[in-house]
Order: sequence, then structure tokens, then C-alpha cells
Amino acid sequence: MIDKIKDFASHFFVTGDPLIYGADVSIGLSMVAIFFVLTYFKKWGWLWREWLTTVDHKKIGIMYIIASLLMLFRGGVDALLMRAQLALPNVHFLQSEHYNEIFTTHGTIMILFMAMPMMFGLFNIAVPLQIGARDVAYPFLNAFSFWMFFVGAMLFNLSFVIGGSPDAGWLAYPPLSELSGSPGVGENFYIWGIQLSGVGSLASGINFVVTILKMRAKGMKMMQMPLFTWSVFASCVTIIIAFPVLTVTLALLFIDRFAGGHFFTMLHGGNPMMYVNLIWMWGHPEVYIVVLPAFGVFSEVVSVFSKKRIFGYKSMVFSLMIISILSYFTWVHHFFTMGASANVNAFFAITTMAIAIPTGVKVFNWLFTMFRGRIRIEQPMLWTLGFIPTFLIGGATGVMLAVAPADYQYHNSYFLIAHFHQVLIGGVVFGYLAGIYYWWPKMFGFKLNVKLGLWAFWLWNIGFYVCFMPQYALGFMGMTRRVYTYGWDMGWGPLNLISSIGAVLMGIGFIFQVWQILYSIKYGERDTTGDPWDGHTLEWTIPSPAPEYNFAIEPIVKGQDDFWRMKKEGIVPMTKESEIKPIHMPRNSGIPFIMSWFWFIAGFGFTFGWTWMIVVGLLGVAGSMLARSFTKKLDYYIPVEEIKETEAKFGRLV
Amino acid sequence: MKKRGLLNGIKVALLAAATALLLSGCDSSSMIVLDPKGPVGHTELKLIILSVVLCAIVVIPVLGILVYIILRYRDKPGNKAPYQPDWDDSKTLEVIWWGIPIVIIAILGVFTVKGIHTLTKPPVQNAKPITIQVTSLDWKWLFEYPEQGIATVNHVEIPAGVPVQFELMADGPMNSFWVPQLGGQEYTMPGMAMRLWLQADEPGTYFGSGANFTGKGFAHMRFDVVAKPQADFNKWVEKVKKTSPAMTTDTYANLKKKGLSDVKYFSSYPKDHFKKVLNKNGGQYMKMNDKKKDDSQFHEMKDMEDMSDMSEMDMDHN
Ligand code: HEM
Ligand SMILES: [Cu+2]
Ligand SMILES: [Cu+2]
Repeated sequence: MIDKIKDFASHFFVTGDPLIYGADVSIGLSMVAIFFVLTYFKKWGWLWREWLTTVDHKKIGIMYIIASLLMLFRGGVDALLMRAQLALPNVHFLQSEHYNEIFTTHGTIMILFMAMPMMFGLFNIAVPLQIGARDVAYPFLNAFSFWMFFVGAMLFNLSFVIGGSPDAGWLAYPPLSELSGSPGVGENFYIWGIQLSGVGSLASGINFVVTILKMRAKGMKMMQMPLFTWSVFASCVTIIIAFPVLTVTLALLFIDRFAGGHFFTMLHGGNPMMYVNLIWMWGHPEVYIVVLPAFGVFSEVVSVFSKKRIFGYKSMVFSLMIISILSYFTWVHHFFTMGASANVNAFFAITTMAIAIPTGVKVFNWLFTMFRGRIRIEQPMLWTLGFIPTFLIGGATGVMLAVAPADYQYHNSYFLIAHFHQVLIGGVVFGYLAGIYYWWPKMFGFKLNVKLGLWAFWLWNIGFYVCFMPQYALGFMGMTRRVYTYGWDMGWGPLNLISSIGAVLMGIGFIFQVWQILYSIKYGERDTTGDPWDGHTLEWTIPSPAPEYNFAIEPIVKGQDDFWRMKKEGIVPMTKESEIKPIHMPRNSGIPFIMSWFWFIAGFGFTFGWTWMIVVGLLGVAGSMLARSFTKKLDYYIPVEEIKETEAKFGRLV
Repeated sequence: MKKRGLLNGIKVALLAAATALLLSGCDSSSMIVLDPKGPVGHTELKLIILSVVLCAIVVIPVLGILVYIILRYRDKPGNKAPYQPDWDDSKTLEVIWWGIPIVIIAILGVFTVKGIHTLTKPPVQNAKPITIQVTSLDWKWLFEYPEQGIATVNHVEIPAGVPVQFELMADGPMNSFWVPQLGGQEYTMPGMAMRLWLQADEPGTYFGSGANFTGKGFAHMRFDVVAKPQADFNKWVEKVKKTSPAMTTDTYANLKKKGLSDVKYFSSYPKDHFKKVLNKNGGQYMKMNDKKKDDSQFHEMKDMEDMSDMSEMDMDHN
């Protein structure tokens, strides 16, 4: 009996690696610490009432951002481990297996559990406020989306200490990811971690499309929406079309692994290339899903901090939508070398290059927004300015990759790694950081410290170029991606060393940001006006942090940049006591949280192939749905007195 | 103010250090992609250079404009530069910057399409090509010479100045066959044979590697491509024939096991070995047709017509 348990445990828990024991200990300690703190300060009730059951889009947004920052930390540690291993030839820091797991988890976490939730966080924080709405279209679904993302991320991360991490790359190409190539549970964790959070992403996509179409303030036409909202719209439309493809693809892969299907093996007429096509039909749009909202942030920031209207608004909207459509017709550029015929490769080379056109237009429009403006280099603007050169170079190398015959040389090399980090870090991460700095006062009511922010900015930026520029050269030197070690003979040592130094600088930059947040919580400049940046859009008409009902009186909009117009006309947004009516709000619910954890249980069961656990999980899910359908009290009204009190507290009541 | 100076100092020092190291790391001889030794690599290099130049035409001026705008339009008291907050539209300007990228992409597009088609033909028309069948295994490369009857592991010799038709497949996960100085890569896949034309213009030893991740031993999937004059190549073939053991089905079964391997030479291998392994991995579903072997399709599989009836393959091979 004891032996049986021991045997089971040794397969179940990942053992034998000091790094993992270290992680075990730190996970254990932080759980104990969290438990202790919550109990000591008697915060369990508060946590449940205010956060775990909330359906308030602003709080959900904050939870998304906290989770994504944690994932940025995890993904960043992975990155540093890899760069440590590659810093010099023949380093024996990580074994091959471990390195393979790390680049797989790094890529997956960064894209799906860092970039996506940070993006949804910004959607939640800004969109309803920008369009003058009290909430998103489906608040309950919104909470469910968040918790599905969260449990998906937890399931994926669990693989590190239980069962073993996936190691077939972030896109898990078969046959390597089939049972024959990856017999452990790692790939199952990958499939189910992504599936669960993917459900959340799809639901969020639908939620925000409906929100934008249906919940805009009176008078706000589509062509008067703030550009960030437009970019969210473009991104969500893309989500709605792309994510089902991912879901189906991973489901088929799971059937192959779990039930002996042959969708993606050559035997019995399946085909691995079908997987590669399918996964990139999601994967390519995915990069635009995450980058479009960043373009939206830059558009807002450039115009506000240049004290000017955005240049070429119509062009901006048009290019957003074109990019979102074109993004479906470029996926083959990820495997020009997989035997497609000359005409197919030519078609996809051209469509890929074509995306550079609307993207280039956006850059020009940002530049000419600054032209004849008055540029204030506050933190959001700083990151925007840092973005432009990075993205120009990254975009140019993207065009270079689109030249199919040249790509036969770049494909799977470090040139590619340099390119996509340049657009993902320079475009997506810088963009979301700009967004977080921009809306931070609206979220929390204070600004982040400037001096620490400057350190963070420069460390990130310099670190970025030091880390990734040498990798272009390494690609030309024949270094392929995903190698865990190399010899002295190739001459790759010096450039890899520089690259690793750059990675460390970015790591230090991140530490400065954590410090900046902690420091500013205590000493940050409080935002009493609600409009710390002299903003142009509706979110700045209300107090910071926004009251739970957002707008005491629903705004009526007259045009684009409505708040800027009001300011010019000398109108001060105040709340007229006589106009206040009771506000209809959705009630908090524990069901999204509970149901998602049942999904987690089912996902864990699927991962290990434990039927009883799958059954428990799915029964729980069904039970949660039933409970929801029998819930009577779904909403409530905030009474007029309470609104008056809140508005008076902010000094808005007239 | 003092702090700011420190910050700037660190910035400058870092940049200087980085540039110095970068330059030291980049002696051009190790940039093998930029130092091609065959016609395929040369065609690709020309496109690389063209695309760099075309991109630079846009990127460099725009970076200049960015710096200029930031310096000129800072929100400083007393800044005399014009300020026009409501100027947000100019048809002329927009036509210009929709136009510039369109023109650049059009030029690049034309050359790209030409390049793709150039590379579908064998590099040199007048020499008789030789065929080498390549199988990627966990985690080694097997090369079979159907005309010479010999086989090698992790080492391949070719005659210089002669176009080589590599036929690629995997017996295991997908990999990618890449010899940067001779030309770009091509995937190896189980059950599917792909073709890649390469040619070395001059004798030499060229670095080759697997480029698509295949698991634990992937980083060690390196091989040398040795190009020699035809006479020396013939001598080498003779020597392998005389001095090396034969590859039997058992030898292959051992070779296929997961693990690394040294360089190996075999004087012979079982008849139709490549095709059998291909079919064992599902190759029969691809309806191979050996008669059409001499078609000059680069990056393409043997039989295009027969495959058009496999609907899921349309995208890839038609
Ligand atoms: C913060 C600094 C970062 C560093 C130093 C870094 C470093 C690395 C390294 C060393 C690899 C492995 C290359 C290889 O062995 O093939 C890698 C892969 C990857 N990274 Fe990053 N990374 C960073 C940030 C990011 C971000 C922000 C994202 C996405 C938003 C990202 C997405 C990826 C992806 C998708 C892969 C490919 C994984 C795979 O090959 O399966 N990385 N990164
Ligand atoms: Cu793509
Ligand atoms: Cu194929």
C-alpha cells in the first residue's frame, strides 16, 4: 500500500530538480502567507463580497491586470532562466528537457495568460467608461470570463509541480505533441489550460462587441467613438472568428491523444499539416487581437498628450478594420517552408506585406497628431514614444520575413525570435503598460511615481535593444530557435552573452515597476479632479476611482472627443441633484467563481484521464448553471440618497 | 538633477558597451546566411538585401521625423512652433502615406513573386543533378544516395557545381533541413516526401542543422555538408562502398531509437528503403507517383494532380 502511494506520488509530483523544489517551497509559503494574512485581518468575507463575487467591470478589470502581472513575472522568470542557459556555450544550468518545458510555458503564458488578460483588463477598465455606459452588456458573463481565464491559467501553471510541464512548444505541433511524441500529461495540461481560458476569451469577445454596439451613451455614433473603443471592437470581432478555431483544433488534438484518433497523424489518413494550418488560422489573428488594442491605447495617448485631436480619425478606423480582416489571410507565412506551391506562397507573401500598409498609415497618423501639437512627456506618452521606433523596426523585419524566399532562410531562426519579440514587447507590452499608466489614476485614484517610472522605462527600453538586436545577427549566423545549448565553434557566444545581459536589464526594469506601484500606493500623487491628464473622452468626466455606477446621470454625447469639447465650451460636468434617478445594477454572484472551479476540476480530470473527477467537475458545472437559472434576485437599485451621498463626497453635486 | 545625470551616464555607457560587443560578435565570416556559396543562397541573399533597402527607405526618414517632431513640439513655455489643436485632417498627406507603403510593397511584391518562381527550378540547368534522400530521425540525420547505393548519418558529401535534389522526410516528429550557405530550409515530415534543390558552387564544408524543434536531442541535430570536386566525390563514394558496413533493417531499427549518433557510413541499404519508411508512416495516403520524379518543382511534393482530391491537402500542395 505504502509503496503504491509512493509510486503514485513520484509520478504525480514533479521531482528531482532543485528549481522545482524551490518553487514548491515558495508556492507553499505564499499560500500559507495569504491564508494567514486574510485570517488575521479577518478579510475572508471582504474578499468574497468585494472581489470573488463581483460583477463590476472595473473590479474585474483590476483582477485581470493583477493576474496578468503575476503571469508576466512567471513568464519573465522563464525568460531569464532560458537566457541564463544560453548566455555562453556549453552551459550546464538547465537540462534539455527542462529548457524545452521552459520555452513552451514561457511562450504560452506570455501570449495567453499575460497579454490576453492584460488586454481584457484594459477593455474592462476603459470601454464602458469611454462610451458612457454603466456596465458591460453581460456583467455575469464577464465575471465568468475572468474566472475561466483564471482557472485555465492556474491549471496550466500547476503542471510545473504536478505531472510535468508541456514541452512541445507553444503551438504544440503534432506528431511531437501526439501521444507518441509526448506521452506524459504535459500536453494535456496545455490543451485544457488553454481550452478553459479560451472559453472566457470568446465570451469576452462577444460581450464587448455587444457592449460597444448596444451600450453607447445617447448621441454617440460609431464614427464618434474613441479610438481605443474602436480598436477593442476590431479585436473582439477577430476573437469571435478566431477562437472557435483554436477550440476545435485543440479538441481534435485531445481526441487524438485521449481516444486514439488520427486527425493529425499521417496514419489512417490524418495529417499533421492540417493542424499546422488550423493552429495558425487562430495564431496569426491572435497576434493582431493583442496588438490592435495597443494601437488604440497609443491613439488615445498620442492625442491627449499632444493636446490635439487625433490625425486622420477615419483612416485610423478604416486601417483597424482592414488589419482585422487581412489578419485572416496571412496564416501560411508561418510555414512557407512546408511545401505549399509557388502560387500559394506568393499569395500569402503578398497578403502579409499588405498588412504593413495600414499599419504604416497608423504610424504616420500618430506622428502627425504630434506635429503642431504640444507634446507632454508623461509616463503613458513616454511608453508610446518608446513604442514607435521599436515597432518601426519590428514592422520592417516583419516585411522582410514576408518575402517568402528570404523566409526560407529566417524561418525558425533567431531572426524570427528577434522579430516577434520586437513587435510583441515593443507593440503589445509597451502598449499595455502605456494603457495601465494612463488609466491607473482612474482605477485607483492616484498617479504612479514618475522617477521610478523613468528608471523602469529606460531599463526596459535599453534592455530591449541589448537583448533582441543581437538576435537578428544570431539568426544570420545560423542559430536556430529552441536549441538549449551550442558549442564554441559557431561563434554564437558573444552575442548571446549580450542578449542575456539585456534580458537582465528588462528584469530589473520590471522590479522598478513593482517598486513604483508599492511606493505610489503610499506616496503617489492623489487624483482629486478625476481628470489628471486633461483627457478628451468621457471616462475623465467622472471622479477617480469611478463610483460603482460610473455615471450618476447618463451622459448625452454631441461628438468625438466630447469631454474636450465641453472643456473648450467651459462646461463643467456636474451632477444635478434633480436629475438623479435610482440606478439599476446587476447583483453580485458567486456562481461564476464556483462554476469555473468546477471546470478546473473537470479539466484536471481530463488531463489525468480520471473519469470520476471529470464527472464530479461536470456535475458541478451543471449544478452551477441550474443554480443560476433558479436565482431570482439578479439585480437591485441604488437608491437616490446613496448616489447623492457619493456624488457629494466627490464634490460633484449641484 | 544629479540623479538625471547618473541615469544618462549609465545609458551612454551601456549603449557604448553594447555596440562594442556587437561589433566584436559580428565578424562577417560567421554570418553564414549572408555568405552564400551557391545559386539558391545567392537568390535569397539578393532578396534579403532588397528588402532591407526598401524598408530602410521608410524606416530611417520616419525615425528622423519622429525625433524632429518630439524636439520641436515639446510642451515647453515659450515654444514658438505652431500649435494647431484642431488640425486633424489632410487629404494630400493621407494620400501620400497610403501611397508610399503601397508603392514599396508593390515593388517588393513583384520581386518576391519572381524569387519564389525562380526557386522552383533547379539551380543550374546543364549539369545532371544528383538525388539524396534525407530522413530526419530522433535525433540524427540519415542520408541515402539512391544512385550510388550508399548511406551516411549526420554527414553528407555532395559534388560541387552540381545541383542536388534533396528528398526530405521524417521518421519521427517534423523537422526542417537547413544548410544556410547553400540555401533556405524545407520541412521534413512523416509520410510526406518534400523536395529541395540546393547547389554548392565551390568545394567546402558547410554547416547544416535541423531547424524545427523535435524534442530532447534537437539541439544536437547538426551535420556537415562537404562539397568536393566530382572526381573526389566519386572516390569518396568508392571508399565508403569498400570500407563501410551495410545498413540492414536491423541497423535502421537501432538507428531509429531515440538517441544521438556519431557520424556513420554504410556501403549499402535495403532496396526502396526510403519509400518503405515513407509508406509505413502513412505515405500511401499521399499516392506517390515515381514516374513524375523528374518534374522540376521546388518546395513541392511529387505528385500534385493526384493529391488535389484530398481536400484537406489543398491548401498545402496545390
Ligand atoms: C521580457 C523579456 C523576454 C525575454 C528575455 C524573452 C526570451 C525568450 C527566449 C529566450 C525564448 C526562447 C527562444 C528559443 O529558445 O527558441 C522565447 C520564446 C518565446 N517568447 Fe519570449 N521573451 C521575453 C518576452 C516575451 C513576451 C512579452 C512575449 C509575448 C507577449 C514572448 C513570447 C514568446 C514566444 C511566443 C516564444 C516562443 C516559444 C516557443 O518557441 O514555443 N516573450 N522568449
Ligand atoms: Cu503571422
Ligand atoms: Cu506535407
